[in-house]
Amino acid sequence: MFAFFIRRVTQAVFVMLVISLIGFTIKQSVGDPLREITGISVSAAERDALREKLGLNDPFLLQWGRFLARALQGDLGNSFYFKRPALQVILSKAPATLELVFATSLLVVLLSIPIGIYAAVRPRAWLARFFMGVSIVGVSIPVFLTAILLIYVFSVGLGWLPSFGRGELVTLFPGWQSGYFTSDGLKHLILPSIALSSIMLPLFIRLIRAEMKEVLETDYIKYARAKGLKPGRVLLVHGFKNTLLPVITVGGVQLGTLIAFTILTETVFQWQGMGAMFIEAVDRADTSLIVAYLVFVGALFVTVNTVVDLVYGLVNPMIRIAGRK
Amino acid sequence: MDRQPLLSVRDLEIRFRMRHGDLTAVNRVSFDLARGDRLGIVGESGAGKSVTGFGILNLVSKPGYIAGGHLLFEGRELTALPEEELRQIRGNRISMIFQDPMMTLNPVLTVGTQMVETILAHRAVSRAEATAIALDRIRKVAIPSPQKRLQQYPHEFSGGMRQRIVIAIALLNSPALIIADEPTSALDVTIQADILALLLGLCQSEKMGLILITHDLAVVSQVAERIAVMYAGTIVEIGPTAQVAGNPQHPYTRGLLGALPQRVPRGGRLNQIPGLMPTLTRVPEGCPFSNRCTLCEEVCRRRVPPLAPKAAGCLAACHLLD
Amino acid sequence: MQGWRGFRKSYFVYSFLRDPMAIGSFLCLAILVMVSFGAPLIAPHDPYDSSTIDIMDSEMPPLWLDQSDARFLLGTDSQGRDMLSTMLYGMRVSILIGLGAVALQALMGIFVGLVAGYRGGRFDAFLMRLADVQLSFSTYMVAIFFGALFQAAFGMGRYEQLAVPLLVIIIGFAEWPQYARTVRASVLAEKKKEYVEAARVIGLSPGRIMWRHILPNTLTPVLVISTVQVANAIMSEAALSFIGLGMPVTRPSLGSLIKAGFDYIFSGSWWITLFPGVALVVLILSINLLGDWLRDFLNPKLYKA
Repeated sequence: MFAFFIRRVTQAVFVMLVISLIGFTIKQSVGDPLREITGISVSAAERDALREKLGLNDPFLLQWGRFLARALQGDLGNSFYFKRPALQVILSKAPATLELVFATSLLVVLLSIPIGIYAAVRPRAWLARFFMGVSIVGVSIPVFLTAILLIYVFSVGLGWLPSFGRGELVTLFPGWQSGYFTSDGLKHLILPSIALSSIMLPLFIRLIRAEMKEVLETDYIKYARAKGLKPGRVLLVHGFKNTLLPVITVGGVQLGTLIAFTILTETVFQWQGMGAMFIEAVDRADTSLIVAYLVFVGALFVTVNTVVDLVYGLVNPMIRIAGRK
Repeated sequence: MDRQPLLSVRDLEIRFRMRHGDLTAVNRVSFDLARGDRLGIVGESGAGKSVTGFGILNLVSKPGYIAGGHLLFEGRELTALPEEELRQIRGNRISMIFQDPMMTLNPVLTVGTQMVETILAHRAVSRAEATAIALDRIRKVAIPSPQKRLQQYPHEFSGGMRQRIVIAIALLNSPALIIADEPTSALDVTIQADILALLLGLCQSEKMGLILITHDLAVVSQVAERIAVMYAGTIVEIGPTAQVAGNPQHPYTRGLLGALPQRVPRGGRLNQIPGLMPTLTRVPEGCPFSNRCTLCEEVCRRRVPPLAPKAAGCLAACHLLD
Repeated sequence: MQGWRGFRKSYFVYSFLRDPMAIGSFLCLAILVMVSFGAPLIAPHDPYDSSTIDIMDSEMPPLWLDQSDARFLLGTDSQGRDMLSTMLYGMRVSILIGLGAVALQALMGIFVGLVAGYRGGRFDAFLMRLADVQLSFSTYMVAIFFGALFQAAFGMGRYEQLAVPLLVIIIGFAEWPQYARTVRASVLAEKKKEYVEAARVIGLSPGRIMWRHILPNTLTPVLVISTVQVANAIMSEAALSFIGLGMPVTRPSLGSLIKAGFDYIFSGSWWITLFPGVALVVLILSINLLGDWLRDFLNPKLYKA
């Protein structure tokens, strides 16, 4: 188990180094670092002097080293547009994205597990077939389209729910404005989280159903029944626990897709989170912010994936305890 | 002392629902088992022995189903029982042992959990009492450090020990009958003998009945008092071990025993029964062995031979043995 | 049985004709592909010819509503372009990019999977780590990043000019890990088989073994994931276009059209977004259904990604 842990963490560090290298390379080749600091009306001589002073003529590796050192201290450059440190901008927008992601994850977990299990146990029931049918349609509708349709039906058409922004916010602590604690905030949360879950939910339902079906065919389930255990216990204790393992693995990978989809969803709902910020940065060619986002999200992925791997290692007794042949 | 057999199987028929019609995997199989009796069911793969074993507890995988026959166990008709009552018999009055313990023990639950749950599913005892019973059974199967074992996971045991645990689980609720489906096939040959001896000893000391299903004639000879030979879904011969193994009546059994390498002198050709056992879709009319039997005659092809008493206390299904 | 007759009588066709879903989605897909590729012939207008577009025609509703114009069956967009024509051309672009991207990722992925699987060792470990990490970022994220990078590097104007090949490259690069992993799994399974051993004993070079002997046996799983990958590629392109990193508004794909129309649903011109949206969904859905059927046909147990 310990060896497993060390391996995963080393890998994580390595990946982060690669990401920082990519980020740095982008920063160097695209966009002009000087632009962030100076105005337009600065002479060429002053520019060159500034270049020298900032060490922009030093060898590549040296500059990367500096970039890395600064990044580890939290300095990812300044946003050209916001005229503030990039990391600060990102962190100010992060709560919005995190609240959305959390609400969506909750929705997905609470719905996909019972539906997936049901569809596996009673595959021929019309309800199960209905869910599977809806799932395949759900997977075929791009997230932004679902978002637009939801807005069209529930905002423009019925006028039940708001279509943009986060609504009324409450400051939990400095730097975190939450929409969870006002009914207005919650109302604003509904459509975006439904839209965001529209692709993840079918994915997880199909995954859980497929895994559960496979588990139900195994010998140890047959054996559990041969021991005369109650059917509920066979299903949930013996069956579901084994289904959980591959679901955790795949689920962790889906995080990437989720983050990518928040970019789309936030754009549609004008939800002021990191995703919307990223798109605006692209539009404005704010390279520093783009790179900072890349590194930040990269770090997020690597951390979450490593944590998921470790959780898997803890939950799966065959990894946790070395076995005998 | 009632003379009623513990288990009485009469004309058991198990079919599989396929797209183009039903296939009969077990065709009117009948046998009795007295209390404490040990019966071995032998046959090739596909002969229907495992299906028979599972059928007794109605655990045949879909699309299989019990199409007919009677299963009288301790005076109750198993085919007529609702699922909930059958569940109470499984693991309780009748236990099963499967072939590969690595596949049958749940890898993510401790051995202790898997044992205690079996007790709690059938008896209203406390967890502590259940644990005590589990420990007792682990000792009975000669596994050292039983306390430690309860906390361990299946993958932490060696193959032989795993199967001992499975046997221990089978003993938990003091069943009257154990059905063992190829219990030693997944084990090393050196360990097979140990496990078989264990099984034999336990059946004798706990006075349990045993149905041992295997393809291995050597295995069955060590443990069973009677042997039933199955071929293409029917029993072709059944009788005391000594008789069936020493002086078989049915041409198929003779062929099987003749095919044992031990029977052939050094350097001689191995005896083979020509052809292959037919698949379920191609069972011949009349006697199922007719297309491979060297003694086959017209009557064999036309009429199915009944299982009837022949010489020396055996029953055999062959027209030509009278 | 040879050629066409063999195919007609094969189990493939038999099974296909038995399944109404398969037939339905295939027909649907066939129709969509034909109309979109036949756009130059069928489309009533040419949306790329700015001389025929009149801003006064903008935001006209589809035929069955008031204030519509018989020239524009499905209405017009914010710039006065005919919806139907623009959609047909847009669908063509979407399908082309989808197919191109899949071809590229298949090429890359198969090559990497073959070599990694056959060579094994650290080479294999490294490549698969790379694939795993890229997969963990999700193909959409990778595509978005590449898109953002290219746009920052080339500048908006040039990016728009090169949109189609760039998108093919972006999406192709984003999705190669899927193919690599699938092919590698196949190669590992095949490597153990005797015909590979035999080929090695005869003295065939690794390249020849990989190409002539192993590759044909790995094509079934490749085929299975290809349909899903095409659907994914089309979705990716639509997503990229929607956030402005894809096809420009002047040569829109379905995604760009949806984006352009989004602002107008509040003012009542719902058709600008809805029709391309429906077309996109139908396209992706029919590919997915067909892919599902193909996967079930080719054996459900073997291919769990």
